Amino acid sequence: MSIQVDHVTKRFGAFTVLNDVSLHVQEGELVALLGPSGCGKTTLLRILAGLERPDDGRIFLHGAEVTDQRISERRVGFVFQHYALFRHMTVADNVAFGLTVLPRAQRPSTTRIQEKVRELLGLVQLQAMADRYPSQLSGGQRQRVALARALAVEPKLLLLDEPFGALDAKVRKELRRWLRRLHDELHITGILVTHDQEEALEVADRVVVMHQGNVEQIGTPDEVYEHPANPFVYRFLGDVNVFHGRVSEARAAVQGNPEEASAGLADGVEEHEVTFVRPHDLELNRSRTNPDQFEATVRYVLSAGSRVRLELIVQSSAQTIEVELTKERYRELDLREGEVVFVHPRHRQVFTIPQS
Amino acid sequence: MSLLLKQPSVLPGFGLTLGFAMFYFSVIVLIPLSGLFVKTSMLSWEQFWDIITNSRAVASYRLTFGASLVGALINGLFGSIIAWVLVRYRFPGRALVDALVDLPFALPTAVAGITLAAIYSSNGWIGRYLEPLGIKIAFTPLGVLVALTFIGLPFVVRTVQPVLQDLDKEVEEAATTLGADRWQTFRAVIVPELWPALLTGMAMAFARAVGEYGSVIFIAGNMPLKSEITPLLIMTKLEQYDYSGATALGVVMLAASFVLALIINLLQWWSTARHMNQ
Repeated sequence: MSIQVDHVTKRFGAFTVLNDVSLHVQEGELVALLGPSGCGKTTLLRILAGLERPDDGRIFLHGAEVTDQRISERRVGFVFQHYALFRHMTVADNVAFGLTVLPRAQRPSTTRIQEKVRELLGLVQLQAMADRYPSQLSGGQRQRVALARALAVEPKLLLLDEPFGALDAKVRKELRRWLRRLHDELHITGILVTHDQEEALEVADRVVVMHQGNVEQIGTPDEVYEHPANPFVYRFLGDVNVFHGRVSEARAAVQGNPEEASAGLADGVEEHEVTFVRPHDLELNRSRTNPDQFEATVRYVLSAGSRVRLELIVQSSAQTIEVELTKERYRELDLREGEVVFVHPRHRQVFTIPQS
Repeated sequence: MSLLLKQPSVLPGFGLTLGFAMFYFSVIVLIPLSGLFVKTSMLSWEQFWDIITNSRAVASYRLTFGASLVGALINGLFGSIIAWVLVRYRFPGRALVDALVDLPFALPTAVAGITLAAIYSSNGWIGRYLEPLGIKIAFTPLGVLVALTFIGLPFVVRTVQPVLQDLDKEVEEAATTLGADRWQTFRAVIVPELWPALLTGMAMAFARAVGEYGSVIFIAGNMPLKSEITPLLIMTKLEQYDYSGATALGVVMLAASFVLALIINLLQWWSTARHMNQ
């Protein structure tokens, strides 16, 4: 089912949670709404489900307007961050709930419901848990029950509100791969809300980055990661080194050549330029090989894990920067804390912010 | 055995506190209650049986336990509604209503009895409108019911209220997104969550009503066989220096209360065991 969000605005009192948000999701797509907490992503999801009403704007599901439609008429599956399972019901009864509340005329027979529940529990790999109560399950298992319960009513749209937010890192990783596979099998249109960029980039077909009620960028994971539209997106999608200051200073810090950098700038222009470089885009050398390098002192080396992280201090500005190296490169360089290295950005992005 | 009983804890004093708890419980509860049995045992079995199956006594049991049960059920329904309104809605005067719920707790029972008798008597504020309809409340068994309902209300409200407050709104939303209408959501999701607390509240209201004396005697009329409650009958026997007769009735009340408390606890255990610890 395709989704069209058309200039939706939502306010809570004087606070604008969603500010004229428009969005189109194609049928069968899995889209992630990504942003820090308070950016409005959950509110947008709840508006799509019908749990909240927009103050302005319209929602279309599959071309038909549903802005004023009741929740139960929208045929939307919703998965909550804290599972929201019915704790007085067994796993099987939880999954069957959506079918047992159907009007008598549409309700499948008891045996058909049981069959369906078995099928769904098979899908989420919890057949053995049918007679348990939610309190007897782990967090990951509970969330899979919640998913099976949402799928039981055969929704045309699946909305997931931080579904893995309450789980530990390892389970979270497993579950999001599993969710991706499930999505590929079922071809259901899905929207996933998350504040975890890794999760969004890994699971979604497209990512919608939101900030303070606005959509900052929409694109495939590659697009948003490689070509962030603005400083916020750049910063939010991964670790980053930020070189602040007016243009001359920023270039000086990055390029190590202040005279050249300020030469092209007209006098009196107060433009604030911010240069972003990801830690893995900084190259280190023991000797000067390139005029674009600047000097920095190694302050701290963290070599645990698959990559080595170093903290350096830029000599000209005393700013702390972070560098990520492969294990091989680190061994090659054989760096010690306190040594001086030459740093060179392989790839950087400069955003100009006019000063007021 | 001591190994089994003693659980490791950061605070010492298991033996001491257990000993004190048992001593205290004995002095305050067990010894006085066993005194009741000792006093009763001065009667022969036939005498005891005659006293407790006397028609006046049986009528009083029926009224006491019957009216208490009906009162608890009424409170179960309306107390839940009051708790619901207090938790779910914000309206002017809510804090005041919330405070007023405790009034039947705090009010001296005699004051409650006099007030109720005045209001429900044939020329009282409410009684005068019910009288032409053929409904007499003051000085009838119905009056007993009114008094017992009055004093039991806070128990239900105060036990249901916190549970309603903790009720996860998302669970209701989940039910709605799954297609349940309002009634289905209420019946399948909210009621099962409230049930143990509601049962506890009604049990406490019932227990309080069984033992109630002060407020009832003013409004009941206290006619033997008709509107006389068992505590009053015990009082009457005491006034006639019939101590063993009074204690015999006391033993019946005690046994009945104990059995009821046991049943209620079993019901509660059963209803909470269904969804265990979460």
